[in-house]
Amino acid sequence: MTITSDPVTGEATKTWSGRAMPRKEDWRLVQGQGSFVDDGGMHGQGYAWFVRSPYGHARIVSIDCEPALSMDGVYTVLTGEEAKAMCEAPFFAIAPPPGSLMQEWPLAVGKVRYQGDAVAVVLADSRETARDAAERVLVEYEPLPAVTDGVAAADPTAPLLYDEAGTNVVWNGVFDYGDVDWALENADHVVKLDRLHFHRFSSTPLECNGAVVDFDHGTGVVSVLSNYQMPMFAAMVIGPTIGVPMNKFNFVTKDIGGAFGLKIGFYPQIAALALLSKKAGRPAKWTEFRTEHMLTAGHGNERTFVDIEVPVMADGTILGVKARAFDDAGAYLHYEPLGAVIWSQVVPGCYKLKHVRVDYTEVVSNKCPVTPNRGYSRMQHLWMIERIIDVVARELGIDPVEVRKRNYVQPEDYPYETPNGCIYDSGDLPRSLDIALELAHVDEWRARQRELGTGSGRRIGIGIGSTLDSGTNNFGQSRIINPELPFSGNGEVAIAKLDLFGEVNVNLGTTPQGQGHETTASQVAADILGVTPDDVTVSTGFNQANNAYVGFSGTYASQFAVTGLGAVMGAAQKLRHQIVKLAAFALHAEEDEIELAGGVARVRGDEERAIPFIGLANMVYTNNAGLPSELLSECDLNARYVYIPPFEVPDTVAKTGNLTLTYASQVHVCVVEVDEETGEVKVLDYAAVDDCGKRINPLVVEGQVHGATGLGIAASLYESFDYDESGQLEEPSFYEYHVATSLDIPKIVCGNIESPSPFTPNGAKGMGEGGGAPLHAVCAAIQDALGPGAPVVTDSHNHWARVYEMLHRAPGTPRGVEVISRSGGSDTGVTSL
Amino acid sequence: MGERATSHSVTVEVNGEKVSRIVAARQLLVHFLRDTLGLTGTHIGCDTGNCGACSVIVDGKLVKSCMILAPQVDGAKIETVESLAQDGALSPLQESFHEHHALQCGYCTPGMLMSATYLLRQNPEPSDEEIRRGIRGNVCRCTGYVNIVEAIREASRGQATGRRSVHAAAGEEV
Repeated sequence: MTITSDPVTGEATKTWSGRAMPRKEDWRLVQGQGSFVDDGGMHGQGYAWFVRSPYGHARIVSIDCEPALSMDGVYTVLTGEEAKAMCEAPFFAIAPPPGSLMQEWPLAVGKVRYQGDAVAVVLADSRETARDAAERVLVEYEPLPAVTDGVAAADPTAPLLYDEAGTNVVWNGVFDYGDVDWALENADHVVKLDRLHFHRFSSTPLECNGAVVDFDHGTGVVSVLSNYQMPMFAAMVIGPTIGVPMNKFNFVTKDIGGAFGLKIGFYPQIAALALLSKKAGRPAKWTEFRTEHMLTAGHGNERTFVDIEVPVMADGTILGVKARAFDDAGAYLHYEPLGAVIWSQVVPGCYKLKHVRVDYTEVVSNKCPVTPNRGYSRMQHLWMIERIIDVVARELGIDPVEVRKRNYVQPEDYPYETPNGCIYDSGDLPRSLDIALELAHVDEWRARQRELGTGSGRRIGIGIGSTLDSGTNNFGQSRIINPELPFSGNGEVAIAKLDLFGEVNVNLGTTPQGQGHETTASQVAADILGVTPDDVTVSTGFNQANNAYVGFSGTYASQFAVTGLGAVMGAAQKLRHQIVKLAAFALHAEEDEIELAGGVARVRGDEERAIPFIGLANMVYTNNAGLPSELLSECDLNARYVYIPPFEVPDTVAKTGNLTLTYASQVHVCVVEVDEETGEVKVLDYAAVDDCGKRINPLVVEGQVHGATGLGIAASLYESFDYDESGQLEEPSFYEYHVATSLDIPKIVCGNIESPSPFTPNGAKGMGEGGGAPLHAVCAAIQDALGPGAPVVTDSHNHWARVYEMLHRAPGTPRGVEVISRSGGSDTGVTSL
Repeated sequence: MGERATSHSVTVEVNGEKVSRIVAARQLLVHFLRDTLGLTGTHIGCDTGNCGACSVIVDGKLVKSCMILAPQVDGAKIETVESLAQDGALSPLQESFHEHHALQCGYCTPGMLMSATYLLRQNPEPSDEEIRRGIRGNVCRCTGYVNIVEAIREASRGQATGRRSVHAAAGEEV
């Protein structure tokens, strides 16, 4: 139980915020009474099925819809050319030229650019008929050479995805902070790595994408019932394309079966369905199937770092890093190239690196378009930083714990300004690390590691992952990509209302996918309004008709505890103010005499003078004759509040500014056993220490830590998307793509500390994405297990075959690392290849 | 391809209620439950029998309902997630999932609960290892399985008492 002081009376009071309360949502979900997108529908709907390219890159020669249209039960077929003719413009481009020349329409036009690219969509009277009909849409293709490697795609000789752009490079920018050339010249050691590769994977929500879309010819309203997680972003992108103003959309979400950022990417399908509905004159329902999801729904960003140079002093102080990064966006730019700046929320990682230069290139390739995926863009960069920390420790013979502690931002440094102007708000990384080491029994495992020695066929490895979960974006960072963009700041909306019989209702602009918003919003509102969380009804999901939204509304990027609950606090306080005012009038008391408890407003110290919420609602809604108009105009019992975090527009030339409001941290420690004979990696012990400031519901926070950890371990050992040279995905279903099961994920032990954020209304920090900590920790543990003289672990994905190869690589093979050491300012040329 | 499918009569007992329907020969059991009977608690996650979101119990055996045709279960007794709560009271497993935060998005939960129900019928006091083996056919992307294992273990020990339900939490020190 948390004891805090009442915001009005200053009295000590028990609060609901801070309690590990089981969730309100569970009641319906454990009974199978959730309302997921495929559970719903609209009257008269048809069923949509997309016709998709089997080729990675091909010209569309012809499309013959007649065989499909002649089938019983087929309403219509919409092709790419037809859809384009119904549109006013291609989708809005985030990138400036040349990226903006890489246009996308609701369906492919002229050519297909990845396996699964949609060329047409069928509407029929059943799912089965639609699927059969889609097979009868005859498309003739002329295959083209494909490019499926992000670095190769940037080469001017590579096959072009967009002839009109003249290049596959979407955007390039140099992020240059401090003086990395000086640092490289003056460091005692320079550690050089040829290449690090962060692999392509997806957290594959168990519920695939889906939408029921109706284009109402009478009103022009486009209703979208979907599991899309950032509704007004979709509206802003597709509205100008299909010619629909914002006030003619009605986006609705209900329960969402996981999203992890990936449900930001399917707005082209929503646009295509809107046009299909417009053409057919009836609603179009589409439920994605798993292989369609794996091929087309969005993958996480794949990034290759090359020419990495790290200046290090003799005492282990790391001065900075210089690298070139190639990020592979896949075939279309669905949220990219925002990732090209979003990583810079965490330029120095957890460390006091002063001199950083990253030459960043975003490319397109003949692969599935990328979409934000839990840890989006930051985890790729943080993984590189963590690999560097461990490589430096190993090559210079310093304990990885000591290198981290020496270079961490220290507790007394907060608020800490990074080289690019981001403000790390609070934290205690050294303490987090100590707790994690203890929880993972590292001392015991080190002893066991020594005991095992060589010859046992098994090796133990211990690895650390220190990471940041930056939350509450300043969308002004998009202008570092394109100064013309009309975006900055952030915001979220809540409406707190007393309904006609005095019921407390809260509407949110968010789209929860398991994060428990109904519970935590209830906790926060209950504290302010003097009721219990059970007395607060929080509407499920997003409904545009509620008017609880701004352009940024949704659930993504680790921000609900700040933006969402900040809005709930503001709305509930506004409502409380109205309740107090009405009660003071009704009870002939002063406002500062009124207290709220148990759904009743009463005069403090005189319990006889009280009025229940239903009485106050009655005064306003159904019994207001004779009341002062001034009172009624101030007290409509319907309080809307927009929480806006404090941000400035970043400097787009220097590429500096405060890009996110909060920095939750996680420090993970992983212990693995590697089987020398098979390369198999087994996790023996795993600890995760989380610091997200004040926790509103520790049960929910810990659940998020578990989830992010599970997905990270899965990605590091089991899950990878790979394409062959022609652009065929090798893992298009859960048979090939090994989603981690209960036998793959170990027991995860959690610890936590709370370093409240000084910048947020409640001391909380956004959390949930987790910063990819398990990828860092597992790679470090495998590296440790490989032992001295082993190759550098250069890939974020280490399935058994790759580990086996590293264990048995021929002696003398380059290890992928070089150290140049100097003494007294002269180059001694000590290298270790 | 494309010809109208032939139909079959299917009579089954679903959650204690006898139902008869004429269905397409190719209709999957999961579509029969969801589309024909409107029992949307059973979910679809993968189409390939890997994820277990569609798990139901057919004649006492755990079945992935996307891997079997509706006509194949003619005459069978089927239990779905909708059968677990009785007279408005959650089953001990459902209660335990709630108390231990063993669900987040809730999409895998119905299948997970049916697998866990089947497991505890076969093995009323499973070890953690046995629990993990018992639910290995059910994928969860939200929880890392940590709290699911805990919830099943505690339910098996009769520890799920409802004491941490939302309302009861009011008086509890945390």
